[in-house]
Amino acid sequence: MEALLHQVFAGLASGAVYASLALALVMIYRVTHFVNFAQGELALCSTYVAWAMVNAGVPYWLAFVATLGMSFAMGVLVERVVIRPATRAPALSVVIVYIGLMVILNSVAGWVFGYTTHAFPSPFPEEPLFGNHYLGSHEIGTIGVTFAMLGVLYAFFRFTSLGLALRAVADNPESSRLVGIRVERMLALGWGLAAAVGAVAGMMIAPIVFLDPSMMAGVMLYAFAAALLGGIDSPGGAVAGGFTVGILENLVGTYVVGTELKLTTALALIVGVLIFRPAGLFGQPSAARV
Amino acid sequence: MASRDHDRPAEAAAPGVRVAAVCLVVLACVAPLFCSSYHLFQLTLVVVYSIALLGLNLLTGYGGQISLGHGAFYGIGAYTTGILMQHAGMPYWLTIPCAGAVCLVLGFLFGLPAVRLEGLHLALATFALGVVFPQILKTRGIERITGGVQGITLAKIEPPFGLAISPDQWLYCVALATALVLFVAARNLTRSHTGRVIVAIRDRPVAASSVGVDTARYKSLTFGLSAMYTGIAGALGALVVQFVGPDSFGVFLSISLLVGVVVGGLASISGAVYGALFIQFIPNVADDVSKAAPSAIYGVVLVLSVYLMPRGVAGLVRRLTGALVARLNARASGHHAAPVSPATPVTQTKEGS
Repeated sequence: MEALLHQVFAGLASGAVYASLALALVMIYRVTHFVNFAQGELALCSTYVAWAMVNAGVPYWLAFVATLGMSFAMGVLVERVVIRPATRAPALSVVIVYIGLMVILNSVAGWVFGYTTHAFPSPFPEEPLFGNHYLGSHEIGTIGVTFAMLGVLYAFFRFTSLGLALRAVADNPESSRLVGIRVERMLALGWGLAAAVGAVAGMMIAPIVFLDPSMMAGVMLYAFAAALLGGIDSPGGAVAGGFTVGILENLVGTYVVGTELKLTTALALIVGVLIFRPAGLFGQPSAARV
Repeated sequence: MASRDHDRPAEAAAPGVRVAAVCLVVLACVAPLFCSSYHLFQLTLVVVYSIALLGLNLLTGYGGQISLGHGAFYGIGAYTTGILMQHAGMPYWLTIPCAGAVCLVLGFLFGLPAVRLEGLHLALATFALGVVFPQILKTRGIERITGGVQGITLAKIEPPFGLAISPDQWLYCVALATALVLFVAARNLTRSHTGRVIVAIRDRPVAASSVGVDTARYKSLTFGLSAMYTGIAGALGALVVQFVGPDSFGVFLSISLLVGVVVGGLASISGAVYGALFIQFIPNVADDVSKAAPSAIYGVVLVLSVYLMPRGVAGLVRRLTGALVARLNARASGHHAAPVSPATPVTQTKEGS
């Protein structure tokens, strides 16, 4: 029982990271109708920048905030330079551009920071919080940071006019343009926000999986599974899917298939969702006008 | 990118293309006589990759479905050969069709659920397959068969009937013969009823299903055929390298194959050769610069191809030969006004909403 609870709580912590990344995927999906294959590598670059700053002696939380700002700028830049020219291209071309972007960002990270594995600092204390023995403090911190971020995002989208404009662009770009919303600016803002959300996920997972250029490959697979499970167009679903995948991954890995095949769970989950419930748990079934 | 002029009008009309193809085949046949054994090894891999790219192009170029997991099918083909030779003592030549059959079935089965959905989901599912595949190979339960992390080392194959050629030369001949058969088959397929249906599903899925095409079945079939080509390439690749190991068949291979298809030219048979030359030689050159350089070049080339060269090298070659033929025709007939080039693409129709 104790071991089971331990696995569930550990799953919650990694689930928080998957939830953040899945949320970033959904944010971009809602404005572009494409899955951002480069999301993980954007987060990887952000994490490397944070690592470089911390190594240079910048206090952790200052580096954290600076990384968020830098990631936002990077997201905006990527949207402007690489993604926007492909807006009217056929779907196949757009997917190829995303794959290209993924490969470029990964190799840039490898080129600049090298292929050796680095330890990434955790901002949270070594000893477990509140004297519990189920969860390390980094796990609790990860969950806390994720929920804080979700709260801020929720408030932004729900209570600010900028958030409202962003939602309007996601739902109906033409009408938004007609009522005077600068659609291009909102797209760039969406990319920036998604990159910043991904950066948080990267900085939270790096102390657990260690920092190297292939760090995000496995993590992203779980995030894809989470986003699909929740419904690729549903932000709430992505968060729920993230935590579900985190817990499932740990339980299935421990009790069913063994840690070697943990990642295969993600593949099985992706294929399973696509067969039995393509719209995900909370997504809208898609319909096309002929 | 979905080029509406799948290459029938262009290639059938330009006589130069056929001559060029024959010259290329003759050149490929005599090449082993002049090559060092290392260059022959590289050349054999080019032939092998061109088969794999042809397979992926059937799916992506003609079928309009993207796969980021074809490295896994290449690996399945390679492992089929390795396992059958190692554990069943099967002669190498028999393992090649076996690898094709295994991949045909597995590709069809994998495609069955995935292709019911829009292309994006297929991209996700195949990406997951590509990432997970090396891990599955290393699983302890099947380690006895797959060789785990160590992989399987294959024996060198010997030329039959006491032919006075080296094993490398013989292997090159086997690969080249297989490639020729498969290229002709693919060319005929794309011009057959089935090929037309595959392209119709790519361009107008709703219209295709309204006239009674079972789109899901054809899509799975395309996926299976594509996997079969790639699996056969994998089997030949295993014989060439004489080794199969889990880490040779990761995401990087899948992405290399996609790069090869895009650079060579989507929906083009000849593009597979250009793509294979690219993915065989460019990373070798780039590796000297930095470990990150091959993938950096891949990424940049992917993005730039979409914007600058949507028909790939095959499209460029076609345009150049078209212009050349037009000029020659003009000179021969004494007209100064150049006639319309036979290779001019059919006017592109705008994608309807």
